[in-house]
Amino acid sequence: MKDLSLHILDIAQNSITAKASLIQIAIAEDTVADTYTITITDNGCGIPPEMLAKVTDPYTTSRTTRKVGLGIPLFKQNAERTGGQLTLESEVGKGTVLTAVFVHSNIDRPILGDIAGVVVILVSANPKIDFVYSHSVNSNRYVFDTREVREALDGLPLNEPSVIPLLKEMIASNLEELQIG
Amino acid sequence: MAKVKSLADLKKMKEQLQSKVDLREKGEDPESRVQIKVAMATCGIASGAKTVMDYFLEELDKRSIDAVITQTGCMGYCYAEPTIEVKLPGQEPVVIGYVDVKKADEIIEKYIKNGELVDGIIPMNYNTIDNQ
Repeated sequence: MKDLSLHILDIAQNSITAKASLIQIAIAEDTVADTYTITITDNGCGIPPEMLAKVTDPYTTSRTTRKVGLGIPLFKQNAERTGGQLTLESEVGKGTVLTAVFVHSNIDRPILGDIAGVVVILVSANPKIDFVYSHSVNSNRYVFDTREVREALDGLPLNEPSVIPLLKEMIASNLEELQIG
Repeated sequence: MAKVKSLADLKKMKEQLQSKVDLREKGEDPESRVQIKVAMATCGIASGAKTVMDYFLEELDKRSIDAVITQTGCMGYCYAEPTIEVKLPGQEPVVIGYVDVKKADEIIEKYIKNGELVDGIIPMNYNTIDNQ
């Protein structure tokens, strides 16, 4: 993975596979505490305790097409490389919370990349799932919530080809103001 | 086009868009749309599936091809990522591997527009005459 947005795109697939109807992606940058925290919360089927204990093992996957599952291990490796950590909490039937903490100032922290593009891909490819993306830099915050967008569009589908670039533009221009580090 | 920044801006754009959507919905039924699935598991994303998906989202709209573009998981062809599955209306889906932006352009121009097969097809749903 070249940047953090691709990790988010990858991890969100797990939530989609878990049949979540709401996926929340939160990025919190705190330059005082020097942390860069990415939290992905879903209301999917959850992970049983015995599986949860080994999901960070690259030779663990729920897939049948292949024997390795690298999404979480690669993300964990990147977080740990900066001196941070990755934790997972899950309850069967309720959902899963994945938290990756990076050290903000560490040179090994990958760049965020095209997060607006990633959010738009997730939204347009999964029209039945709601997404909330929030990004905060110290006290400034931007929230993109597909439930609000759906209301504003009033029946016009979110995956409509002419809507997609508008959503991307909306997210990107708001993030520009946050001055992401 | 004015810059869209808030939900209110989006609302304003909506009326303009609605007419375009109505026009299309009246003209065609959803089954007649081209369906593209981009494999987006860890292997796909790491090899550039996002760039490919961005390209399809942008170019198909630009070239006025009515298509539904979605994501799918890993199909087990990690060695050939990024892979995509293209289903033309009324035809069997075709899986194509090693898709980059250049290949994607070729797929749009040759396969989607003219039905010509391109290199890199993975015989996933390959049928011999015997089992047909």
